[in-house]
Amino acid sequence: MTASGKAAFGKEAAALALHRFGFGPARGSIDAIAGDPRGAVLADLERPQAGRLAVNLPSSAEAARAVFDFRAEQTAKQKLELRAKKVAEADTPNSNFDCRKPGNAAPCAAPPAPNEAENQAPVQQPAQPPKPPEPPLPQQLILDEAKARFDAATGTDIGFVERLVWFWSNHFCISADKIPAMVGPYEREAIRPHVLGRFVDMVQAVESHPAMLFYLDNVESMGADSVAGITRDKGLNENLARETMELHTVGVHGGYTQQDVTSFANVLTGWTWIDPGQPDHGGEFAFAKRLHQPGDQVVLGKIYPDTGVAQGRAVLADLARHPATARHIADKLARHFIADEPPPSLVAALARSFMDSDGNLKQVARTLVTADESWVPARRKLKVPSAWLVAMFRLTGVQPDNAIGRVLGAQGLLGEALWRPPAPNGYPDTEAAWIDGVPRRLDIANEFAARVAATMDPLALVDTGLGPLASPETRDTIARAASRAQAVALLVMSPEFLRS
Amino acid sequence: MRARYAESFHAPTRRELLAASGSLFAWAYLPQIAHAEGRDPRFLAIVLRGALDGLATVAPVGDPDWIALRGDNALTLDGKTPALKLNDFFALNPAMPKLHAMFTANEAIVVHACATPYRDRSHFEGQDLLENGLPKPAISDSGWLNRALAGLAPGGRVDPRGSRAFAVGPVTPLVVRGPAPVLSWSPQRVQPASADTVQRLLDLYRHTDQRLAEAIDDNSKLATIEQTGNMNQKPGVPGPAQVRAYFAEAAGTAAKFLAQPDGPRVGALALDGWDTHVNEGIANGRLAQLLGALDDALAAVKANMGPAWKDTAVVLVTEFGRTARINGTDGTDHGTATVALLAGGALKGGRVLADWPGLKSNDLYENRDLKPTTDLRAVLKGLLKDHLRADDRVLAQNVFPGSGDVKPMAGLVA
Repeated sequence: MTASGKAAFGKEAAALALHRFGFGPARGSIDAIAGDPRGAVLADLERPQAGRLAVNLPSSAEAARAVFDFRAEQTAKQKLELRAKKVAEADTPNSNFDCRKPGNAAPCAAPPAPNEAENQAPVQQPAQPPKPPEPPLPQQLILDEAKARFDAATGTDIGFVERLVWFWSNHFCISADKIPAMVGPYEREAIRPHVLGRFVDMVQAVESHPAMLFYLDNVESMGADSVAGITRDKGLNENLARETMELHTVGVHGGYTQQDVTSFANVLTGWTWIDPGQPDHGGEFAFAKRLHQPGDQVVLGKIYPDTGVAQGRAVLADLARHPATARHIADKLARHFIADEPPPSLVAALARSFMDSDGNLKQVARTLVTADESWVPARRKLKVPSAWLVAMFRLTGVQPDNAIGRVLGAQGLLGEALWRPPAPNGYPDTEAAWIDGVPRRLDIANEFAARVAATMDPLALVDTGLGPLASPETRDTIARAASRAQAVALLVMSPEFLRS
Repeated sequence: MRARYAESFHAPTRRELLAASGSLFAWAYLPQIAHAEGRDPRFLAIVLRGALDGLATVAPVGDPDWIALRGDNALTLDGKTPALKLNDFFALNPAMPKLHAMFTANEAIVVHACATPYRDRSHFEGQDLLENGLPKPAISDSGWLNRALAGLAPGGRVDPRGSRAFAVGPVTPLVVRGPAPVLSWSPQRVQPASADTVQRLLDLYRHTDQRLAEAIDDNSKLATIEQTGNMNQKPGVPGPAQVRAYFAEAAGTAAKFLAQPDGPRVGALALDGWDTHVNEGIANGRLAQLLGALDDALAAVKANMGPAWKDTAVVLVTEFGRTARINGTDGTDHGTATVALLAGGALKGGRVLADWPGLKSNDLYENRDLKPTTDLRAVLKGLLKDHLRADDRVLAQNVFPGSGDVKPMAGLVA
């Protein structure tokens, strides 16, 4: 594949590239890469440490232990409070005023002054409201991780590698609803180191990560004939095995049978974690032989002798290199970046690149960027809400320093709560899934614009964010807006900004 | 109280936050203001962004050319929805009975055919100039109301020492930004994207992206059916009740703050949505709903001011007016002169002040807009001078720079 002439150069291609492969333009971005947009996107893959976050945050095991300790302390504290309450109730048996009743919340927290009438003005609030109490540790961990991730997306020049991180993280998703302590560390440990590496390494890292083992219930699974299975009369949980094949590798049409799932689940028995309550290695991966189903297993027609943890590694390695996996990944990548119904020629090229390079994800990403099909001017993808939010911040240059809570709130309102997909197949990325949420985006855009637009020149922002992509209708609509805030809201809601 | 708040595990209500912060920042260090003259004035500026149609708000029903000018869209005293008579010449939009009652009680003034010095028709520039008080479009990071407060003489009716300007909204309106410290408060509900914004977006989508148009349009239909004012209604399309609630909360809360014995004395907020190019709905539609919301907001100010209402002046200003004639889409386009509405117990009200320019083609500015005959700065300077005791020289040099030949309008305040 070679770069094709006109479409891949100039400001229009630059703007296209920033929206399609990156997180949208910041001030000056379009001009900065207009000389060679394709080369600039490719260069993003070559940055040292690309995909990694330079942050000092706890590992998944450290976070899991910290949250375990926090919860244990909370439980103890509640128990003490309960004891104290029982003592107090014994003292005042006639108390009928419960501070915890919602309607009574205000009087309890802040008793009115004696002369305060119901319709009197509230006491003044200073420009800086009182600092709310710090969130509890589990939430704080997620906030820190979310901020690091968001900063990486808003701060990068183009954002192609970050977009790849988000893609793979969603492909191999877990959920904070099930394992809040580990969602952030998981992405840093299992996804980021491999986004430009080999797919097989990412699969190995993901499926052996304690967060995934817990999320897809493998820590519950044991071989029926294993020592633990026999003594506890328990057996297989095939969740991880099934989703690894169906979602992570060969895909639902990858040619496996229920027998393959069962066999693979047997292979994966014993892949577990050390209980996070253990002070030293709690929360780390462990292979527990006493949970492991003894014996050879046949998966997709191949015999895997029982070599302990290596048995699972071997199956994963083969699944990661399977031609069906190449097609599955190629299709998903093309669908995510280029079109809901991607051109078959592009999917084929990506699959070929995947196979030819032994799943070298940097090479596959290069193939995506160099393919002519990836530069069609028609912009038919509707950005997922989270990417659209990042683009708004980049466009306006607003620093999200203290805004991470607001960003997370907006993402949640738009139905794409960070690291909280409703099911292991992750969030969808097709228009059909998100189009009905467009009116809600307008609410978010309106609030965002109201906060930031007062000092902004909307027409300059059109040049920053869309450049030649802006249709005359869009320019005109923004120019005629009734206020700066309305203009900025209309800009971020324009088809050119919503789509990639 | 702080400690209790920190220990409570429920999400704090705004009332609690306010109460908690009040105990923390009780303003006790502020100098007590001596009100030697017996009046403790309150001044609230409400900026109507988008250009209010002055002729649809206060109709010149006594002008012989009025009906010919606006046809079916002309408000009249005997129309289907009769306008509310102010005097023999002017009548108020029927959506504003509460303002009408204030007018009747001599608590409201209408200034008509009024405009800032701005003569182009860009919202952005027009709003900048309306709020920064400069004679020509230019960027400034302070507004006339803040500079007026900062320039008051110590020991006067409002002592600038330790006094703060008050602002409503997530972003402090430019009019109240500047050297004097600003106390700001933001409603919990964000100002909903207006029906106007939805309409503009829908127009854009219809021309450029059918899928998006359908997504917005379906939602609009749903909302039209619901129109309950329920705050949980479908997002994206605020019903009239939602706008009403926002207006009343924003303005009413400002009044609560200003009414406080030791609270701020000047404040500002901005209300959007007045850019009525299409289907303006003067008597029954969109503009009528917006004016109704504004009417409620003024009533909320009066109610929440309590006894301080007698010391209150509220001024409602907009960047410019709209075309005198109705355009091809039952709306009006960007114009020039419009109305300024004044309300409050401190006013010498019950009057419409206008050097009426007439409505014949030759009378119109550029044969399209109501001609400006009163400089809005004269109105504002008159209020600031007589109500807050702002100094003439400060008004001419600092508050409205270069306005030396614009004399403060006398006699607005009782």
